Amino acid sequence: MAQRVAIVGIGQTCHTSRRPDVNDGELINEAVNNALADAQLKIKDIDTVISGNMDFFEGHYLNDAMLADYTGARGKAGFKMNTGGTVGTLTFISGCYCVSSGLSDVSIVIGWEKHDEGPTTSCITTMADPAVDRPFTVGALLGMALISGNYMNRTGCRLEHAAMVRAQASENASRNPNAHLRDRYSVKDVLNARMVLFPLNLLMICPTSVGACAIVLASEAKAKRISKKPVWIKDHITVHGEYNGNHYHNQFDLPGFPRTTTQMMAGKKLLQRNHITEPLKELQVFEMYDPCAFVQMSWLEDFGICGEGEGWKMVEKGMTARDGVFPVSPSGGVLCTNSIGDSGTVRVAEAALQIRGDAGEHQVTRNVRQALVSGFGGAFWTDLMLLSKSLD
Amino acid sequence: MTQRVGIVAVAQTKYEAAKGQHLMDLVLEVTDKIAEETGISVVNDVDSVVSCSQDHWDGRTISSVAIPDFTGAHLKDESKVAGDGAYAVLYGMMHILSGHHNLVLVVSHCSESQTDSRIIENCAIDHIYQRMLGLDFLSCAAMQANLYMQKYGILREQCARVVVKNKSNACNNPYAQEPLLLTIEEVLNSKMMAYPITMLDAKPVSDGACAILLASEDKAKKLTDKPVWINGAGNCYDAHSLGDRDLCACESLVSASKRAYRMAGITNPRKEVDLIEMSETFSYQELLWTEGLGICKPGEGGKLIDSGATLVEGNIPVNPSGGLLAGVPVTVAGMSRVAEASLQLRGEAGKHQIPDAEIAVAHGTAGVCGQMHCVLVLEKGDR
Repeated sequence: MAQRVAIVGIGQTCHTSRRPDVNDGELINEAVNNALADAQLKIKDIDTVISGNMDFFEGHYLNDAMLADYTGARGKAGFKMNTGGTVGTLTFISGCYCVSSGLSDVSIVIGWEKHDEGPTTSCITTMADPAVDRPFTVGALLGMALISGNYMNRTGCRLEHAAMVRAQASENASRNPNAHLRDRYSVKDVLNARMVLFPLNLLMICPTSVGACAIVLASEAKAKRISKKPVWIKDHITVHGEYNGNHYHNQFDLPGFPRTTTQMMAGKKLLQRNHITEPLKELQVFEMYDPCAFVQMSWLEDFGICGEGEGWKMVEKGMTARDGVFPVSPSGGVLCTNSIGDSGTVRVAEAALQIRGDAGEHQVTRNVRQALVSGFGGAFWTDLMLLSKSLD
Repeated sequence: MTQRVGIVAVAQTKYEAAKGQHLMDLVLEVTDKIAEETGISVVNDVDSVVSCSQDHWDGRTISSVAIPDFTGAHLKDESKVAGDGAYAVLYGMMHILSGHHNLVLVVSHCSESQTDSRIIENCAIDHIYQRMLGLDFLSCAAMQANLYMQKYGILREQCARVVVKNKSNACNNPYAQEPLLLTIEEVLNSKMMAYPITMLDAKPVSDGACAILLASEDKAKKLTDKPVWINGAGNCYDAHSLGDRDLCACESLVSASKRAYRMAGITNPRKEVDLIEMSETFSYQELLWTEGLGICKPGEGGKLIDSGATLVEGNIPVNPSGGLLAGVPVTVAGMSRVAEASLQLRGEAGKHQIPDAEIAVAHGTAGVCGQMHCVLVLEKGDR
């Protein structure tokens, strides 16, 4: 039987547009030190260091090696994970694999990005096939706009609902000291923002942030010794799809276009194998990788949290608010904070804080026993994790 | 370890200087070979896919987006490890040891010919103090070679002997890019790139791909009657800045190999290991890495090559396939070492077969002057 894995330490940097006061390594080091302090460990207690981000944003090749002195990896095992937006959660999952395989007792996983050092959208555009699609691809926006527009078409969701999601996120983020965009916006403010690509306006899409997040993971035996409040990783699933150029229809479930296939599969499998039949009751919080306002609603449906066409109704009823019956992204989510390499890692960290009851002002009002965490990224890939307060 | 991880099948493309093929074609070639050899469907039977490639070499962010159609990773547990292919094998192994998956495909590809290594390698150097000096892996390696040769009295001839050995070994390896019968003088007299490294002392520019099918113990036994077990694995980082490291000691390799040997129950690698497939980007590195792997004492890599022990007919053959010097692209490098070591243990290495090979070491490295190393100990199945 595989080792069980628990989160025993959490550390984030603040998130902001620019950090001219630190270089990449110093940024990472802040998160690592915060996580070690939270776990009450020293770097010598860690045996494996896994880091993850997307190479192009800062332009470094083999940046895990380059920054080994800042991550604390010198003399330790470890490697670097690299995918797209999923890299933050994938790095976390690889830390889980390190421990659950028995090859590591205490690992630290680090997600980070310093978006102030490179042109984010130009870099994302290089994801497209160079021969066919690249000349008419612009970053990640098109996919999000397609999902959003089609979601409106299919379910009757209106711009107002997306604005409600963003207003709620701003309320949450204003309570989270580590969030990037912490200004509060009303529904009207959001609706009046500048249109970027219909139906997405400037406030309905995620920002580019600078930040890092580190999480200390330990095996069952170690975790019980290290932490009074270990958060257990009950299950995780990775569903990465095929990429087939700009043929977006391939990445969605065709008859139900534009539902996101990878999220549907991840949600279905994970809920099923953990015998979760009433997700709204059995899960108390969902930290979702929500890069634009509409997907927070459509993906609730795709993950199987609610029925088709019910996502926006949940928002309308206030169910997804921090003090609602099913809080979604009480940290403010990716909508308010997005340093891509750590966006996924932060989701895990924030969900774990909710389970520990350590989320401070943005702690949800429900008593959290189980939390769902999702990661998302190019090309429409999904990671999904189930965290739990107890082992059973 | 609760269970063992087996290598069921390996596949490589022929490595060539400029294949002129799309990366997807390279990957399809090796995954097709795996499917053909094992009779499995990579689409239906494989649980998870781990790849190793580099955004910088592919000129594409999320370089693994190009290949899921060809690895059968559609809607699967797919992930990409950066760095070196040996780490992808290690990560695939974790997937199985953790009990999550039973059949894992690991794949690596790179087309070095499509870009300029010096620009990319310069991006791996610390960007605050050193990058603007124009350092790349060759110039740094030259410094390491000089230090190493000066400290231990290693001769250029001894490094050249590595080239002669490996390129001649490559003559028996159908996948090798540069099979050549050379003399020491020819190596010494080839074009100087960065003293003491000549053109022939360095790995040539290369294109290719490699795939390995890993399985849990039960599954491996069902799929093949010649499984190869991964009995030990270790990896380690060193500091980044060259000035912070003892470049003649390769401490991270020493740690990585010790961890791998301990896990595999090997106490005397010199006696117990039958062959080594290692990642030597430059000829001096083979001498230095044999020291780091505990095959000889520090500073004795030169003597070891002189003794002939590392020749195919010696008692600890190193790179019977020809190694990286015969031409293997980066990122594919470490994975191809695992593949070659597996072929040896299965008795399928053809003309470069080492007789009665039972335990092999495969080694991968990444970073400037071998900053990070990954060591895997493989063992023949029916032993």
